[in-house]
Amino acid sequence: MTAARQNNHREIVFNGVGASPGIAIGRAFFLDKYKFKIPQTVLSGHEIGPEIRRFKKAVSDAENHINMLMAGLPDELSSHSEIFKSHLLMLKDRMIYNQTLKLIAERKINAEWALSLAVEHARGLFSKITDQYIRERVKDLDYVVERIFGLLSGHAAGDLSKVREPVIIVAHDLSPADTVQIDPSKILAFVTDIGSRTSHTAILARSLGIPAVVGLENITSEVFSGEVLVVDGLTGEVVIAPEDDTLALYKKKQTCYIRYRQDIIYNSHLPAVTRDGFAVKVKANIELADEIPSARFHGADGIGLLRTEYLYLTRKELPGEEELFTAYRDIITAMAPNPVTIRTLDIGGDKLAAPVSFGEELNPALGLRAIRLCLKAPDLFDVQLRAILRASVYGRVKMLFPLISGRQELFEIRRHLDEIREKFRGLGIPFDEHMMIGIMIEVPTAVMIADILAKEVDFFSIGTNDLIQYSLAIDRANEHVAHMYEPLHPGILRMIHYTVEAAHKAGIEVAMCGEMAGEPMYIPILVGIGLDELSMNAIAIPRVKRLICLCDKDECSVLVKRLLEMPGPQDVMAALSAFFHERFPEERWLDPGLCQDINA
Amino acid sequence: MSHNSLEVEVIILNRLGLHARPASRFASLASEFESDVRLIKDDAVVDGKSILEVLTLACPMGSRLKVRASGPDASAAVLALKALIESGFGERD
Repeated sequence: MTAARQNNHREIVFNGVGASPGIAIGRAFFLDKYKFKIPQTVLSGHEIGPEIRRFKKAVSDAENHINMLMAGLPDELSSHSEIFKSHLLMLKDRMIYNQTLKLIAERKINAEWALSLAVEHARGLFSKITDQYIRERVKDLDYVVERIFGLLSGHAAGDLSKVREPVIIVAHDLSPADTVQIDPSKILAFVTDIGSRTSHTAILARSLGIPAVVGLENITSEVFSGEVLVVDGLTGEVVIAPEDDTLALYKKKQTCYIRYRQDIIYNSHLPAVTRDGFAVKVKANIELADEIPSARFHGADGIGLLRTEYLYLTRKELPGEEELFTAYRDIITAMAPNPVTIRTLDIGGDKLAAPVSFGEELNPALGLRAIRLCLKAPDLFDVQLRAILRASVYGRVKMLFPLISGRQELFEIRRHLDEIREKFRGLGIPFDEHMMIGIMIEVPTAVMIADILAKEVDFFSIGTNDLIQYSLAIDRANEHVAHMYEPLHPGILRMIHYTVEAAHKAGIEVAMCGEMAGEPMYIPILVGIGLDELSMNAIAIPRVKRLICLCDKDECSVLVKRLLEMPGPQDVMAALSAFFHERFPEERWLDPGLCQDINA
Repeated sequence: MSHNSLEVEVIILNRLGLHARPASRFASLASEFESDVRLIKDDAVVDGKSILEVLTLACPMGSRLKVRASGPDASAAVLALKALIESGFGERD
């Protein structure tokens, strides 16, 4: 009967990848109009007239809106009216306006498509401008065009800073640049067309504790801005325009989930020990001191991975020794008496820093990154080593070196460390003489010689993200092969198993600090393999600790023995999933596809 | 029926060049005239009534340009546009 009634009939369910747990209900918000697919329709003759009128109407609505904004400007902002005037001119500029009308009529295409083509042409001209200031005026054009796109879709495209209540961000993909500008308090959930559990958006969402569903393929072309969505980060379901019953079901599930979270968080400060007495340290991966309260709140037994890239990636100059020292000291002091594992600079590859560049590489992931880059730039490396050593007296610090592929790198590292220590002793600068030194196991050759490397260091930390990527030879950021990223590949499980055995034989501990460590489903495997420490995003800690406490080490070892003999990841997943649901029935409703089981 | 066609040379004096605000003023003023207005830099000729075309001409401070108008009010147009550019669009600094 009414628009509201129609809405009720629109309910559509999408299935994607649940990338960050939790349930959100709220309105859709498009972060960046340029990042999602523009609807493309070929028109028949009689549709051209109405399409032209639709475009003209959108432009004149945009004009009215800008005029209104201008009229409402307070005196102190009247100088801004010039900007609005230029926006008005751009709206009707023939390069955009006339060209769009021409494209609609001649190529018989819808307004959005025609407009996007006209804009592409204009952007092309702008991109050739060498004067940076003028080139950046393309932003004014973007702003204007975004407004028209918004009006064409029936909803004004907004700017997140003006959003009053929190929204669900819908985007084709989110770049690291998009996400750093986001104020988490305004976001209920993330929903994207592309991505996997290990893509940037997914990792970010988990670290912020915001539900996310990624890999939905074409959600951006199906949902309207402002429409109500349900996002289930546990199952990967997204419901557009939910009907009342659906909404009620998800509200119930949301309540259950919140209660469950509170319950497990309440117990998460206790140590994680299996029923038969095997203790696993559960720690947090962090980047900044700001994340320490969250790590503590969620019950971290320490920091298992302090990524140190932040101070290098966010600026033009390299940070100095004092700045690094202060940053490390603050984190170490805040975590004391719990230990902090500091990983030395891991840049290069997909993480580039302006101040450290050795030119473009054809295969950056296989090139000069992490420890290789540090050994090639000894000044850079030494400054960091000095800062870590100096900070080591403020608590319990372990030093971790990334991307070790053989013994030679270890010798070179040791030479740097020994030189600095010798100097410090001479100068009377205090440092922890017994600081533990570890290496990341993330290159297949490091796994194969784990027995040799174990004799040279105090601990291992398995970096599963890179280990899986290098072992399977797939780039997990490449959407064509990302589906092949298989943590449960028997080859990967065997590598982890072999590394742990070699380490334990040599009497050293093994941690795991990749995404795999925080994945609830994998906990029985990781316990069964005998990892001594798991480090993950802080929000994952309570559930992981709870699962460890429910496990039996012996039972998990038997499971692992069986899984290691399986032919493929699907077989492993099936067996694991059966084990998981049988052993942890109360986890059932949290897992994919089981949402309908809730009757609580 | 022969229309006047006039051309004058100007130099961009404002520090940020012909960015959005000056380009907007230029295009608005040009649009007030009936004559066709062209803005010319080296070999590039753009429509002076299109803010986007004026912007993409990319004229930083010191650029030497020609303003050409052809039409019934061509002389008034070139004089007015020349005066606008030479005033530095009110933002000389």
